[in-house]
Amino acid sequence: MSRYRGVKDIPEEEYVAPGSALCAGCGAEIIARHMLKVLGRDTIMVNVPGCYAISTLFPYTAVKVPYVFAVFGSGAAVAQGIRDGLDILREKRGVNNDRVNYKVVVYVGDGAAYDIGFQSTSAAIHRNLDFYFVCYDNEAYGNTGFQLSGATPYASMTSTSPPLGDSVGNEYGKKDIFEIWRAHRAPYVATISVSHVTDMLNKFEKAKEFRGPKLFVALSICPTGWGASQEDTVRIARLAVETGMWPLKEAVYGEVKHTFIPRRLKPVEEYLKTQRRFRHLFKPVRRDEEISRIQREVEEYWRRVWEKELNR
Amino acid sequence: MSSNGGMMLTGNAAAAWGARVSDVDYIAAYPITPQTEIVELLSKWVSSGELKARFVEYESEHSMLAGAGGAALAGARAFTATSSQGLAFAFENLYAVSGWRAPMVMVNVSRGLGMPMTLQVDNTDVLSVKDTGWLQLHAETCQEILDFIILAYRLGEDRRVLLPVIVNMDGFFLSFTREPVYVPSVEEVREFLPPYEPPHGIAFSERELAYAPTIILGHSYTYFRYQMHLAALKAKEVFYEISRDFEKIFGRSYSPVEKFMLDDAEYAIVSMNSFTSIIKGAVKRLREEGLSVGVLKINMFRPFPVEEIAEALRGKKGVAVFELNLSTGGGGIIYPELLKALYHLDERPKVVLDFVGGLGGKELTYGEIRYMVRRVIDAYRGGEVSPHATLLFTEEDTRRMIADMELAGKSWGGF
Repeated sequence: MSRYRGVKDIPEEEYVAPGSALCAGCGAEIIARHMLKVLGRDTIMVNVPGCYAISTLFPYTAVKVPYVFAVFGSGAAVAQGIRDGLDILREKRGVNNDRVNYKVVVYVGDGAAYDIGFQSTSAAIHRNLDFYFVCYDNEAYGNTGFQLSGATPYASMTSTSPPLGDSVGNEYGKKDIFEIWRAHRAPYVATISVSHVTDMLNKFEKAKEFRGPKLFVALSICPTGWGASQEDTVRIARLAVETGMWPLKEAVYGEVKHTFIPRRLKPVEEYLKTQRRFRHLFKPVRRDEEISRIQREVEEYWRRVWEKELNR
Repeated sequence: MSSNGGMMLTGNAAAAWGARVSDVDYIAAYPITPQTEIVELLSKWVSSGELKARFVEYESEHSMLAGAGGAALAGARAFTATSSQGLAFAFENLYAVSGWRAPMVMVNVSRGLGMPMTLQVDNTDVLSVKDTGWLQLHAETCQEILDFIILAYRLGEDRRVLLPVIVNMDGFFLSFTREPVYVPSVEEVREFLPPYEPPHGIAFSERELAYAPTIILGHSYTYFRYQMHLAALKAKEVFYEISRDFEKIFGRSYSPVEKFMLDDAEYAIVSMNSFTSIIKGAVKRLREEGLSVGVLKINMFRPFPVEEIAEALRGKKGVAVFELNLSTGGGGIIYPELLKALYHLDERPKVVLDFVGGLGGKELTYGEIRYMVRRVIDAYRGGEVSPHATLLFTEEDTRRMIADMELAGKSWGGF
């Protein structure tokens, strides 16, 4: 059964110190904090350029577990070397188990997961590396000022997809990284959201059971980039789930199951309207075509899920 | 394996043996000509159990180097090998590994960088990574490849250094040439090279360490970069120390530079890597012709052995620098480094001329070597002096180029 059912079940241990240089309301911080509560102190965090790099600025660090900084595209490759290095030290040189018995977590943004680090991540999954790969997905290159990435959703404004003239903003759709990872036959793949903390905690807990790649993609609200209020982070994340735009699901050896199934979807507008990056869909004129395209895609997705998982 | 008899080994096999007797823990691999034989051999030995290590083939050199560095950071003795395009693809991770202060050894089998694509030698690949924080040892012979790998581990792992090392060999000329190589036993090497237990390795350190946190301000960035520079400079002194230990155990000794028939010579040719053997042979003949010339071979390019070069070339009338590389728009890459070593000398050579040859594995003929020396003697006596590199390109090369162009349906208009 689920280990975490309410606030009281959340572990008290803190491995992310308060007061880092991350923006107020940053989703990446909430995810890191809860992830480490479950994975514990015997964790090595591999981080790459991106928003979370700000957690550790010499001579300060907000991360209380060993932290390794790698180049943008090399998170998973460095994790491979660390895991292998620790394993061979135990096997060949007899180094004490408690010195090498770490969980290795690659904690990166969507640029590193969907784009520049895609190849090295795919290869590490293919080699069945025993690691966690956790993407805090804020749907753009947030740390450099919000440019288009492979994770940016259709019609989002970014600083490199400005909705000027006839442009809708981002004309491409978001890559389906969950399905791409699932196609690798990884033991465990999950989506998570900061609005559903017990769901998140239970998924990290469940992932511990598996040897091999354990892959997470988390919707990470970015108040500065998205143009949203910093106190609304959790509310916006909840709307993403309730409008059906961010499904909560997991795949165990490729078998998909949704962990939260809305019976009725709230209109996507409710979610879109909370963020300045979608403002051009409503002002100066309402762009019904784009809004209904987004709504239609969400409904098509859920119709398939309801059919399959609720026999509806 | 005993050190009594030599084995006939290619440069690549000598490199693999160097890693094997150094008892490496981790091998990160990716195939590329002309290096592939090195990782194939290591893979075979790991599978057969002759070498207890972990072997992982990555999906690119970029990841391969990141992985090797990660293993070194964990505290394992890591090895990898690459060449040209692979070295370039791994470029940013060269900085990452040296910045982590994670010592490891990478063999580079030198090859030109496309375009145009070639499989043959051009040292521009390895020299273009001279500023990355990796130390560089350059091998002339297959024996040196093996010995330099063993020395490189001891050098890089020294706590006063803690930097990764590239051991370079020339593609084809050394990688596929068999020479007798004395291969020491793992036990003998262990006496020289104890197991690696880095104080900052993840498996050997205290917890809660942040490796390579981002730096915002200039003073702390400057501090860490300059610390690496000082460690690299220190490596030369450490190299002398460990060379003495190496000689005691193995009977062979190395210095950052090697002098060949140089002390009594009026003129010198400076060279690196395998073409030095060709030049040494030519110098013997030139001596017979009455030309007073010797050779200065550079074994260590990083740190650059400024003092040794100054000492070796002090009082020479003239110097020819042979460069198997070309920095387009600049010239030879060794030349400016060499001038730095000589400029402040009272008895500095009157002329130092730069020559570029052998590119893409082009033959270096006796005539070309003789030409370099004649040009330097002529310049000393008042002839033409130029800071620009002279290209070694023979009439035969020109004839062949004209023929190629005709076959391609084009006319040859000269350079």
